[in-house]
Amino acid sequence: MKVQFSSISSNESFARVTAASFIAQLDPTMDEMTEIKTAVSEAVTNAIIHGYNNEPDHFVHLNCVIDDDEITIEIRDEGVGICDVEEARQPLYTSKPELERSGMGFTIIENFMDKVEVISRAGEGTAVIMRKQLVSSRTVCN
Amino acid sequence: MSLEAVFEVKQDVLVVRLRGELDHHEAEMLRDQWKDMMYGNSVRHVLLNLEAVTFMDSSGLGVVLGRYKEVLQLGGEMVVCSINPPIQRLFEMSGLFKIVRQAENEAFALSALGVAS
Repeated sequence: MKVQFSSISSNESFARVTAASFIAQLDPTMDEMTEIKTAVSEAVTNAIIHGYNNEPDHFVHLNCVIDDDEITIEIRDEGVGICDVEEARQPLYTSKPELERSGMGFTIIENFMDKVEVISRAGEGTAVIMRKQLVSSRTVCN
Repeated sequence: MSLEAVFEVKQDVLVVRLRGELDHHEAEMLRDQWKDMMYGNSVRHVLLNLEAVTFMDSSGLGVVLGRYKEVLQLGGEMVVCSINPPIQRLFEMSGLFKIVRQAENEAFALSALGVAS
């Protein structure tokens, strides 16, 4: 599934509902659904606020792939990029303290998803690729 | 689903009841309303009721943290009540319970803040 949408904050709810609808076919638990929606919301918010500096005339890309019970979600922007990914992933780190950010975005993504990869280059953009194995569908045996 | 905020002043406590989804988009709008209510009334404490919040992420934590700092400056306290399990996890992950008091419901929270029922 591939979607692209404008970099405006009202699309944050659109993105997480879209991702949730797509993975609904795997019959995830409520907890898994909440975790995935939260992770998508964090990554899309980062793309809008940090990648595009809140400029509305850009696009955020959302790609979701299902492979058996594993889902892979990629959220990508063509914005400013992150110079130091390791630093950005630290809990409580924020590059915009004036914006009342909690600095917990990446920490939440890492807690809610199994694997998180951040690929970023200054001036070219950022891709956050996150994977999660759903346990719910494996417990339903025939 | 968007966010709805209802404010009520009970003695020196600002009661904030939220309903819906608290993400970055909603947090921006909520912050201004919330600040107006805090500084437009003579309140010292904030009671945040999250019973009807169906979604929250780190932007929601940010707006709560921002108001917590302001409540401290007013010499008051912030109590959060009626937290559902997903939001509970978010608060625990971020260490927010180390600074914000939690109560089971509004009645307990109000009595903790010294408001007679």
